[in-house]
Amino acid sequence: MPTKNSSEKDLVAVSDGKIQSVSRRKFLGYIGGASALMVTAAACKKDPNTNDSGVDLGSADIGILNYAYALEQIEAAFYTKVFDSPYSGISTTESALLADIRDHEIAHREFFKTALAAKAIPALTLDFSSINFSSRDSVLMAAKAFEDLGVTAYNGAGKLIVNPDYLVLAGKIVSVEARHAAYIRDLLSNGSFADNTALDANALDMARTPSEVLMIAGPFVKTKINASNLPTS
Amino acid sequence: MNLQNIINEIEKVDPEVYEKLDGRRRAMKEFARFSGKVALASLPIALGSMFKKSYGQTPGSGLITDTLNFALTLEYIEYNFYIKGVATAGLIPAGPELTALTTIRDHENAHVNFLKIAITALGATPVSFTAAQFDFTAHGAFPTVFSDYDTFLAVAQTFEDTGVRAYKGQATNLMANNDILTAALKIHSVEGRHASHIRQMRKARGANVKPWITLKDSGIGPAVQASYDGEDLTTQAGVNVAGINGFAITAIAASEAFDEPLSKAQVTTIVTPFFA
Repeated sequence: MPTKNSSEKDLVAVSDGKIQSVSRRKFLGYIGGASALMVTAAACKKDPNTNDSGVDLGSADIGILNYAYALEQIEAAFYTKVFDSPYSGISTTESALLADIRDHEIAHREFFKTALAAKAIPALTLDFSSINFSSRDSVLMAAKAFEDLGVTAYNGAGKLIVNPDYLVLAGKIVSVEARHAAYIRDLLSNGSFADNTALDANALDMARTPSEVLMIAGPFVKTKINASNLPTS
Repeated sequence: MNLQNIINEIEKVDPEVYEKLDGRRRAMKEFARFSGKVALASLPIALGSMFKKSYGQTPGSGLITDTLNFALTLEYIEYNFYIKGVATAGLIPAGPELTALTTIRDHENAHVNFLKIAITALGATPVSFTAAQFDFTAHGAFPTVFSDYDTFLAVAQTFEDTGVRAYKGQATNLMANNDILTAALKIHSVEGRHASHIRQMRKARGANVKPWITLKDSGIGPAVQASYDGEDLTTQAGVNVAGINGFAITAIAASEAFDEPLSKAQVTTIVTPFFA
């Protein structure tokens, strides 16, 4: 349940009547302090300029779909490798459900590739050398990171989409990623399907901007990705 | 960028921003009240309310608050269902199962509170329900819902899967307000996590289900079929996903890979029997 940090306690104090005696600017300062951790993407249009060469995701909705296509490429390739070289001690059930996840991610990847057609970015060159595919922990920790990242990526991309049909499509995929995330988390530690490393104090999942997501995914992608033309609000 | 920076930015184009905000003591007090009650994540919405009061109405807010009240109704159903289940002695085995269902109950409670505050912040009145307004036997369809654990889990799975589909179906109604849309998407994926876990709990007890929805199978029975009809779709945006581009993607996998939305009317039909 929500725990109050010191800044929120200040705000409670303000709401208890001290508002009468604090100056306007000091009051705004209070709120500013409480909000320092909050990234208000809508008000921050100046994303770091990544205007170098590389695979251009494109702009507007096409750019967002290519962004999703890039993420699905990573997930599909990862699970393909997991299934081709199963970790030691993999159970029959784990093997079957990880094969399911692989097929879901391939379905997502190929769907975007087909739907984008001539506007699709090329196949990315990926690098999973940091993952020990013979270790259950290494594989499942990576899987958890990819699935949670996928959830936050789609959650963050929703507001950037203009065409309602594409928003629904993203919605159809993100809840499946959430199902994957919960399953993988429970494999690592039963009951961690929606713990406080995934959810905030309001029991909401998190959202990340494309630049935040691509930063995190960066170590797994050799191809340079240019996201500078994506919408930011 | 924090709130101070946002206001500084507004000050550049509207030098009277401080007067508009600060001159309205009621708005400021209201914001302080929200801020005290609400954790950080919902501050953008409370903030939106403060700016709305100073800069006028947001277009489409009737649709948005109606949609949020619909979502709130569903969260009340879930919350009251888990309250009663967790409180019923001997229903849920102690240990990981009781812990998980208590966690989910608390999440639904947090969603109720979050939506109430968001709706209030947008200037509308949140709907409200008491425990006595629900009948989780669905007028006799599930007479053992609070005495037979497997029935309880089956109804829980149905609520979670239906919740996922319901939020998905409402997303486009929230596109006029980015903060609200994002918040709804964040709840939507949490419902997906819940559904996945409850399905795993059912599988561990012998039910033939996976964490994801296969075709339109409920793994429960005809009483809940309306919550699963349409989930067997294998064509998305005109693209046939089964066997796509030569990959061995079966119709089963193609259906599992995409969850399908339900309309407000469909969801209303599904949940109506659960009201007393």
